[in-house]
Amino acid sequence: MAELHVELVAADRKVWSGAATIVVARTASGDTGIMPGHTPVLSVLETGPVTIRTVSEGTIIAAVHGGFISFADNKLSILAEIAELADEIDVARAERALENAKADADSHAERRAEVRLVAAGGLKAHH
Amino acid sequence: MGAQLRVYKRRIRSVTATKKITKAMEMISASRIVKAQRAVAASTPYADELTRAVTAVATRSNAKHPLTTENPSASRAAVLLVTADRGLAGGYSTNAIKQSLALAARLREEGKEVVTYIVGRKGVGYYGFRNLAVANSWTGFSDKPTYGDAKAVAADLIEAFTAETGGVDELHLVSTEFVSMLTQTAVDARLLPLKLDEVELSDKSPAKNEIFPLYDFEPSAEGVLDALLPRYVESRIYNALLQSAASEHAARRRAMKSATDNAGELIKSLTRLANSARQAEITQEISEIVGGANALADASRGSE
Repeated sequence: MAELHVELVAADRKVWSGAATIVVARTASGDTGIMPGHTPVLSVLETGPVTIRTVSEGTIIAAVHGGFISFADNKLSILAEIAELADEIDVARAERALENAKADADSHAERRAEVRLVAAGGLKAHH
Repeated sequence: MGAQLRVYKRRIRSVTATKKITKAMEMISASRIVKAQRAVAASTPYADELTRAVTAVATRSNAKHPLTTENPSASRAAVLLVTADRGLAGGYSTNAIKQSLALAARLREEGKEVVTYIVGRKGVGYYGFRNLAVANSWTGFSDKPTYGDAKAVAADLIEAFTAETGGVDELHLVSTEFVSMLTQTAVDARLLPLKLDEVELSDKSPAKNEIFPLYDFEPSAEGVLDALLPRYVESRIYNALLQSAASEHAARRRAMKSATDNAGELIKSLTRLANSARQAEITQEISEIVGGANALADASRGSE
């Protein structure tokens, strides 16, 4: 099967890189799936989960906050200020953050915490 | 023990204590340089991809974005100066401050008003002592900056840049580049408006030389540029903070190494002085005893 090379990069580290068959990410205009041979694209990401169906490691889900994706020459770069793989997310902490954010009526923080929980929960659903 | 000898002994003790401290600081800095360099390296993939993307949008689209368009009647320029929070780092902060004063003088010659932003307590102290105006300052993270710190700094600067009235037309950055363990240079660069010809990747190759594919921009070229340029400024500031942190540690290690060496020299010469003082004391005691014995002998011989 055709595959594309994916690099998931956060501002202060490289989070994951490897081969994948499809990547689904939430862009400004909705969820976008990128498969090998997609037309070159550069789009802004919303805060949301990114799903990477990898060739060798099953499905990887990451919570991504603010960033963009660029795809060209079968190479996909996902850049985000903060990117966390689902198994790195501290569920208890995200739940606490969600409650705090709701109490403070901070919609950005609330969304960030929600995305973390969705990404962490999504992983369990796949296992 | 004679007074002279006691003074020497006391000084040797105090210099030895100082030497222990500077030696410890030297070793701490040496270990932190490695960590700081690792942080610089870890941030490079993001910075490079972002630089490529910004260059791709800016060259492919005809977007006239305020962040990339030169303002011919620029009247106000912001200068962000990155210094250390703590001293004992040789000329590290002084060099950066000198560089920023030179830049400010150059900008004033061009007829621009200079607005200063400062990172690090040393810079704040320098400007505060001389009653120079500072628009905003951040302290407390100069030796271990995080992306969040860079974001907080960048947010203020971008706000000043995009403000309709009373904002700034240019944004300059003065920081210290980590060239090697022995060489760190204070440099200034213009962040905004973006000079495409001068945008470089981490290996110093101009980003413009790459050939970019015909991207589809989502939502639009302008929209992408709107979202990317603030990220680009953040990433540049983050990189400058990390490089400056590495430079600070390297400068401190060197300063502490020469302080340790000097203390060693001082202890050596003080030990010599103390030895000769002790010897002089002994010699004097012997001559006093001999003199006293002779006098006694002379006196008893006279009475016979």
